[in-house]
Amino acid sequence: MAAEAQTTPTTAAASARPSTRLVIDKATKIYQTATGPLLALDSFSAEIGEGEFVCVVGPSGCGKTTLLWALSGLHPLTSGAITLDGTPVKGPRPEIGMVFQEANLLPWRNLMKNILFPFEIKRLDAAPYRTRIQHLLETVGLAGFENKFPRELSGGMQQRASLVRCLSFDPSVMLMDEPFGALDAFTRDEMNLLLLKLWSEQRKTIVFVTHSIVEALFMADRILVMTPRPGRLAREVVVNLPRPRTLEMQSSPYFVETAREIKELIHASVKK
Amino acid sequence: MADELLEKIPEFRKDTDVKPQDEGFIDWTALTHVPTARNRREFLIIVGVAVVVVTTIEILIRAFQVPNYVLPAPSGIFNALVNNFETLLPHIGVTLQELVGGYLIGATIGILLAGVVTQAPLVEKIITPYIILLVTTPMLALVPLLVLRLGFGLEPRIVAVALAVGPMVMINSATGFRRTDLAKIALARSYGANTLQIFYKIRFPIALPMIIVGLMVGGIFGLLTAVGAEMVGGGVGLGSRLVYYSSLARMEAFFATILIIATIGITMYVIFFLIGKKWASWEA
Repeated sequence: MAAEAQTTPTTAAASARPSTRLVIDKATKIYQTATGPLLALDSFSAEIGEGEFVCVVGPSGCGKTTLLWALSGLHPLTSGAITLDGTPVKGPRPEIGMVFQEANLLPWRNLMKNILFPFEIKRLDAAPYRTRIQHLLETVGLAGFENKFPRELSGGMQQRASLVRCLSFDPSVMLMDEPFGALDAFTRDEMNLLLLKLWSEQRKTIVFVTHSIVEALFMADRILVMTPRPGRLAREVVVNLPRPRTLEMQSSPYFVETAREIKELIHASVKK
Repeated sequence: MADELLEKIPEFRKDTDVKPQDEGFIDWTALTHVPTARNRREFLIIVGVAVVVVTTIEILIRAFQVPNYVLPAPSGIFNALVNNFETLLPHIGVTLQELVGGYLIGATIGILLAGVVTQAPLVEKIITPYIILLVTTPMLALVPLLVLRLGFGLEPRIVAVALAVGPMVMINSATGFRRTDLAKIALARSYGANTLQIFYKIRFPIALPMIIVGLMVGGIFGLLTAVGAEMVGGGVGLGSRLVYYSSLARMEAFFATILIIATIGITMYVIFFLIGKKWASWEA
């Protein structure tokens, strides 16, 4: 495992990675479109360990979402394989929770009913999870808003609600698809800090897709940088920032320099 | 349907959110979005204007001594309503029977057909011309034929009402069921939802506002057809009373009958308006 990490520019002894949970092996996805086949993801390989926070960063349309959907079992791969805890991912798995672009709340349900939606689909009794949900609502500052409808909540509140919905049934893996992309910069910082807080509390394994290098550097243990379509793994970057992370770190020389490196890497592959 | 998610490129932005992507060619949503009185003051003004209008008509008709057969005064219509109510009662019953019977048959078939047909785009394209034909052709035109086939009872009228209601409900519901939102389907699927769960937890709620609009418009067309069929078929029913009273130039009773028909129509409208407010208000 350590040999893989050698490819990173900031090598730093990738502190003995904990037990591997997700293995992506030469994942390839071809979509059949009206204008012919489209190679979205080209033999992408990576491993993600227990409790790790991994960000996938790349330009729009590089196949980040495709990768995430393959991980979640929503989309089958054209070739290659994905395994979670040793078993191949062939469809949605109960240990996975997804957070989508936009908040993706159901507008005809109030906040509480949105949060209980996974339980309804899974036909799972929510009673044992009540205190957990209440705690989550308090952590994200939504206690007291249980009866509000999505349209009565701000964009940030909606996205916080979708975090609670994802964590409500205690999945061990969180797959997040540019969840804060539509929020303004300040709300986004706030959401990043909140997510880090939830992560340090609950130690989920997180795969977080974003097109913001700053967001990725700020949160991740490790960044998978992708090339533009077809999506390939350009490089793996281990982030050497202490935790807990603070907003001030974003102006540290290390942060600025690494962000620049990743940006150049992506730009270089755009030109090719 | 189950596989529609599988091969779509997952690019979701605001424009794919639950929004009427195309409202079809008959858009009646305006009916469910009427402004209502916001407070007591507005309410009093609205009622006050109505009272003034009716009073003015009454005064003008009396002042200019407009003959009864041209336009009866509001007070005369009201008296006729009270005096003839007992005679009209069985006719109200008949009209309601046709309306409710035909409506239940038509609306049920309409919703079911819309739910099934929208799952198969090709079937929908094949079936749509016939639905348009049924929507645009006044079902009243079929009443003489239906009477010939089904006799002079209520059956031909119930069939006519069902034929008027069904396509109208179907075409609006189909528009609702066609509004898919892949992100929301993906959400349900990520929790392991099966096709049936996706239908009644995602597709149906998304379609509901349009189904309610269809049910409301269908009701209005159903009433129209029921009364029209009675005017053609004669005998019993509020429509037959319209023909009867006008032939005797009993205009006060004639207008009293119209008032009853209007009340039935408005009641239906209010019921669906309230249903829409309760179940579809999320789509503001």
